[in-house]
Amino acid sequence: MTLGTHAQHHLDSLITAWQRLREQPLASAFSILVIGIALSLPTGLYLLITNLDRTSSGLTEHTEITVFLKPKIDTATALSLAETLRNEPGIRKLRFVSREDALLELQRSGLDDVLSSLSSNPLPHTLVIEPIQASPAQIRQLDQRLRQRPEVDAITSAEAWARRLAALLDFGVGLTWLLATVLALSLAAITGNTIRLQIYARRDEIEISRLIGATDRFIRRPFLYFGALQGLLGSLAALIFSGLAILWLNQSVAELATTYGSSFRLATLDLHISALLLVGGILLGLTGAWLSVAHTLRDFD
Amino acid sequence: MIELIDVTKRYPGGHVAMANVSLYIPHGEMVFITGRSGAGKSTLLKLIGSLEKPTSGHIKIGNEDTSRLRRATLPYFRLNIGMIFQDHKLLYDRSVLDNVLLPLHIREISRTEATRRARAALEKVGLANRERSRPVTLSGGEQQRLCIARAIVGRPRLILADEPTANLDDDYAHEIMGILQALNESGDTILIATHDQDLIARYGKRRLTLANGNLS
Repeated sequence: MTLGTHAQHHLDSLITAWQRLREQPLASAFSILVIGIALSLPTGLYLLITNLDRTSSGLTEHTEITVFLKPKIDTATALSLAETLRNEPGIRKLRFVSREDALLELQRSGLDDVLSSLSSNPLPHTLVIEPIQASPAQIRQLDQRLRQRPEVDAITSAEAWARRLAALLDFGVGLTWLLATVLALSLAAITGNTIRLQIYARRDEIEISRLIGATDRFIRRPFLYFGALQGLLGSLAALIFSGLAILWLNQSVAELATTYGSSFRLATLDLHISALLLVGGILLGLTGAWLSVAHTLRDFD
Repeated sequence: MIELIDVTKRYPGGHVAMANVSLYIPHGEMVFITGRSGAGKSTLLKLIGSLEKPTSGHIKIGNEDTSRLRRATLPYFRLNIGMIFQDHKLLYDRSVLDNVLLPLHIREISRTEATRRARAALEKVGLANRERSRPVTLSGGEQQRLCIARAIVGRPRLILADEPTANLDDDYAHEIMGILQALNESGDTILIATHDQDLIARYGKRRLTLANGNLS
């Protein structure tokens, strides 16, 4: 037996598997659909997390720290502090917003009536700082340094929010893996069950083949290809489902992003992850098929 | 060469189908195994064909002690034997040609060579013009000839035929026996289990008679 002959028999087994898929189009379509949906769930969650991660990275990259000075701090002290901080490491840009400017800004924003009823300006001087380094840990360090200043009353930044989001994303990654594992097992079980039914439907053929010298490997081969094909088509379905979902969601996301002056769009699966999904689908289909064939052939002994 | 040494086959439940049977069949011989229904004819063929394992004793085919073959190596051994089953055991959802191709696919013989050999085997049993038909459209005799074609297509040197002429009229039975005799004349060892005494008498070959699992 040459390598070419061996390859030809593998090709024959693949064709046989494809024919078996087509023999029962409705049942095959349902199995592929179920696998597609099962794989779409972790894929969708993964997409959600990667998109959130992308968004939160953008947030920390453009994080501004707003430093509210104590009300008793006068303009000269505030300007002096601003000058000192401009020379501190880790600060890219610093903007001084005087309490008068802040009041004007508020008035312009439509709170004129409310502000005119006040006897004095309640707003403090404010420093708006843009840090150089944008990692959450570095922003946190800068935040702590600023809080130690006696002139500082309060600080707000997106860092805490970004930190919470990062923790949430970590949780999401864990959840994705958990979901992927559970659904991978279910994919293997679905494939295994489909193949078990097929083996029973072809029991006579298998027994006759065994009587005339077929090895388990020969009998197993088309079923393995069937499992792999089903896994591949199921993961292709998952890719299509997640692509369509992103396409649909992006319409709403685009509208929302425009209101913030952003061109943000949800990203689809990249080539690397798509290939991983397809290979994963094939491997899971193969595993389910292998276990099912091994178990069912033992039953026939 | 086939040699059985003190072979016993006991089924679960205690039924003894074969009791301390010893026999020797040299290469190239044609032997009839006869006896009443339940005498152990089919069991003997299954033991020689390694479709069943003896409870005790040894079975040697050539230099191989088949009673010691592991499960994984059994299929490779079976490839060297042509089995003709009483109930044909054909694949009824496949064509006549596909049925004959099956043993060659198992041997992973190239498609072109396999088709050539399958057609030659069908020619030999007179079914060349039926290769596209389904077995269910064949007569009983044709189905048996198809079974013979499948058994000989792998060119085995040993053919085991279990009641190959059962349920066939005289003409068909002679056709089948003619094919088996021709194979024997070309050097194959052939064991035929049959209860048809007229058939045995007509061919004048060695006869092994079984009664209650014993050779007499």
